[in-house]
Amino acid sequence: MNDTGTYLYAVTRGAGRNRAESLAGVGGTPVRTITHAGLVAYVSTVPLDQFGSQPLQRSMEDLDWLGDTARAHHAVVEAVAEGSPTAPVRLVTVYTDDDQVRNLLSRRRDDFVEVLSRITDRQEWGVKVYMDLAGAPPVEERAEGGGPGAAYLRRRQASLRGREEAWREAASRAEQIHDVLSSFATASHRHRAQDPELSGRKELMILNGAYLVDLSRAEEFARLAEGLRGEGVDIELTGPWAPYSFAELAEPDEPGVADDD
Amino acid sequence: MTDASRPLPAVRQSSSPATAGREPANLGDILERVLDRGVVIAGDIRVNLLDIELLTIKLRLVIASVDTAREMGIDWWEHDPWLTGDNRGLLEENRRLRARLSAMEERQSLEAERSDEQ
Repeated sequence: MNDTGTYLYAVTRGAGRNRAESLAGVGGTPVRTITHAGLVAYVSTVPLDQFGSQPLQRSMEDLDWLGDTARAHHAVVEAVAEGSPTAPVRLVTVYTDDDQVRNLLSRRRDDFVEVLSRITDRQEWGVKVYMDLAGAPPVEERAEGGGPGAAYLRRRQASLRGREEAWREAASRAEQIHDVLSSFATASHRHRAQDPELSGRKELMILNGAYLVDLSRAEEFARLAEGLRGEGVDIELTGPWAPYSFAELAEPDEPGVADDD
Repeated sequence: MTDASRPLPAVRQSSSPATAGREPANLGDILERVLDRGVVIAGDIRVNLLDIELLTIKLRLVIASVDTAREMGIDWWEHDPWLTGDNRGLLEENRRLRARLSAMEERQSLEAERSDEQ
């Protein structure tokens, strides 16, 4: 049994001009290419004592290790994407050897080509929308009879109504903003909003969208996004990114059909 | 902070290949992309993120992704003592007890009146 595996970062259609091969990949391993079936896979040879399932179970929980590995993976993807349309592959996709990667490239050739043509000359932009719900004004309290308990209950319910109102408002703003951006973009994805722990902001993220935009319309898109700011809503535009959110392969492999001989 | 009146900031080019000396992309955004998006390949693969028990508590915290208000921790209505079913039950019970108490008080005062008359 081999003690190394082939780590796959990304697939492109042709070897573009890029600096990926001068980069250190995950775990400091050199990045190289496998060309097969008209596609190019960017890979590294990785030690399985680090990148086998068992060690990964542990190391994926080590946030420093995970952060370094994610950055290294991302750096390779970005570098490849500079040179040619790129389908980024999910973190820690490790094959037994190069032959398996070649096998993948020939088996899924059409699917990769389809994805790559969809994202050619396009980039992914991220738009995060934040709203400060804490600042929502409380609903006015009616003066009514009853003891202090009843008054407390009324106040409580009023404040909850206020928050519910604010949440509803936030949801509809998010909806509107996403609609505007989606109709401009070629494709869009609404991702799950990030936890404040991850976003690092105290306001609530009400939209975490990804938009696939033509290269030639990038500036226009940025202006559109920035223009949606206001009325308690803050907008954060990130990108351009390699098309992480738009690189889904058409159909998963049928088990058993996969082996070509 | 959100302030509608401030001038629009320059677009943050967090990872533009075109921009030299750019600000590196935020780790959270990178993690979200490399862990949650990108091509997923099933099949005869040696190691696959899907095989790894990724959703440990720590990781869930980091990529903690949330679809709805409920998952966002805006599930206050679930925890608010006044709004949950159980406490509605308590309120109802409270109401019933009050009703019984006032009925008893009424009966007592009626009885008192009756004994006064005798």
